[in-house]
Amino acid sequence: MSDLSNPKYALFVRDLRKHYGTVRAVDGLDLAVAPGECFGLLGPNGAGKTTTIEICEGLLAPDSGDVELLGLRWDREERQLRERLGIQLQETQLADKLTVAETVRLFRSFYAKGRSVDDVIALVQLEEKRDGRVGKLSGGQKQRLALACAIVGDPDLLFLDEPTTGLDPQSRRQLWSLITEFKALGRTIMLTTHYMDEAEMLCDRVAIVDHGKVIALGTPEHLIRSLGAEHVIDFALLGESASLDEPTLRGLDGVLSARPLAGGYELQVGALHRAVPALLSLLSQRGLELSRLATHSATLEDVFVSLTGRQLRDE
Amino acid sequence: MSDTSDNSLWQLITVRFKEYTREPEALFWSFGFPILLAIGLGIAFRTKPADVVHVAVVTGGPRSTPLADALKRDSGLAVALLAPDSAAAALRTGRVALVVAPDGIDGVQYQYDDTRPDARNARLMVNDAVQRGAGRSDRLPVAERHIHERGSRYIDFVVPGLLGMTIMGGGIWGLGFSIVDQRRRNLLKRLVATPMSRAQYLASYVISRLVLLALEAGVLLGAAAALFGVPMRGSFVTITTIVIVSALAFGGIGLLIASRSKTIEGVSGLMNLSMLPMWVLSGVFFSSENFPQAVQPFIKALPLTATNDALRASLLRGVSLPGLLPQLAILMTWMVVCFGIALKIFRWR
Repeated sequence: MSDLSNPKYALFVRDLRKHYGTVRAVDGLDLAVAPGECFGLLGPNGAGKTTTIEICEGLLAPDSGDVELLGLRWDREERQLRERLGIQLQETQLADKLTVAETVRLFRSFYAKGRSVDDVIALVQLEEKRDGRVGKLSGGQKQRLALACAIVGDPDLLFLDEPTTGLDPQSRRQLWSLITEFKALGRTIMLTTHYMDEAEMLCDRVAIVDHGKVIALGTPEHLIRSLGAEHVIDFALLGESASLDEPTLRGLDGVLSARPLAGGYELQVGALHRAVPALLSLLSQRGLELSRLATHSATLEDVFVSLTGRQLRDE
Repeated sequence: MSDTSDNSLWQLITVRFKEYTREPEALFWSFGFPILLAIGLGIAFRTKPADVVHVAVVTGGPRSTPLADALKRDSGLAVALLAPDSAAAALRTGRVALVVAPDGIDGVQYQYDDTRPDARNARLMVNDAVQRGAGRSDRLPVAERHIHERGSRYIDFVVPGLLGMTIMGGGIWGLGFSIVDQRRRNLLKRLVATPMSRAQYLASYVISRLVLLALEAGVLLGAAAALFGVPMRGSFVTITTIVIVSALAFGGIGLLIASRSKTIEGVSGLMNLSMLPMWVLSGVFFSSENFPQAVQPFIKALPLTATNDALRASLLRGVSLPGLLPQLAILMTWMVVCFGIALKIFRWR
């Protein structure tokens, strides 16, 4: 993939640190992304994802730590790196007065080599809007245009910072399929997201980040399996004074762990068919009633909750 | 595909122009507004033929008509014969500046308000006509020559000022607003995340400003020459040099103002703060000589004063480049200092 070097890692980060005042945004973070991998940084807002990715993109200087991309370093080979990276920032508003084609042509002109403007517009499915003003595009179309600008230089390494935040479900799925297509070309992708479904859908490997550190790393399946729980029960009790203690809940048949969460309780369970009847009989013994009961298969969100006791969103 | 459409500097410049021409308000403010202002001021301060002075002669005696006839011989006087009470009313309401009443056997009485300049002027004209009518002759021969020189009218004064103001506005607004808008939109950060040359980015602003300014200056000066006959005595090279050096100086100021701001409100405040004193002090609408001697060195050091002085000297008096060195030196100092500081502290993200 590279005629300059054949690095073992497309992206290698060691002991990265960056603070703003007294806030340690990135606090000793390590990453190693293999060529051709789609790697996700998953974490709540304020976890240090954007700071990390912007240091990798050469837009921010770290306080300390090493960053190597495609075997190159920012301090020595900035120009070469810029030619080989594709970058989509969180919330860039492209110029409203220009058309889609004019915007892509401008970005294309910055790269020594790359794809043709029309190819890229076709790839992100904006042919119909080719000569339409950027200001008139929908949110999803703007994100696709931002993606077009990121890949027009035919990058070896693509950075996407929260590519689908704020989009409707249909636009998100459309963008996911475009990212999947790019991945199929064998290029490396590093993305940040606070959507667990996005990380599960797109990423080969995920690093869960909290308070500027990687707190878990692996494939989405591996991380979920590490919970040991296949299902999650989420319930709340009727009445303000009603409560249950966690050891009792943990002692129920099939329940692996229990914690209070969002005004109710969350149980991680191995066997749903045993845990639900056990919970219901406990409630009827104590004369308690449910105001909410829901179950779902374990997700990366549950991994995050189990590691931090907090939820990914609603921060 | 190696034509100009692939060249990044060319792309950046064409994008500047497209963004500009797709903003109709911007077109109006840079082309229409200065011309409308010039037309408005030209009409308001046009050179009028000398006004006729209205006076009245009171009727009621045999001497009224001969007196009126004597006055009518002066073409600068409009004479009405009125009854005493209507003459008094006309004086009170200002329809006549002065009333002439026969007084005694051969005397006359002038009734007027001696605090009004036009009434005192009427008194001089009327008295002159009355005394000549009575047989007074001039002791010394007098010759008159009337001067209505192009270049000394208000419109001639104000057009270079408007051009200076246009150059200042274009440089400061054109760079300041647009760059801060791109920074605010995170677009500046997105651009520096590409291999784009930062020098080309800034050059695209300077080049597009200069081209637009050439058009703006041409339209304004063309309109001033065609509509009002404002003289262009300086050579093309001199005028062009002043315009370019001024544009670069104000471009530097605009870049400096835009170098850190992240909000439109912030940069607007800075732009107004820098431009307002110059609108007032630098002799756009009235001569900066009106301000006290003590502040003149400060006023002379302002870039718009230098631009306006140089433009007036060139357009109205035909002063060539060597005579404009002080002003050009002031402008170049502003340019070098502002560009230098701006490039040092410029926030690219």
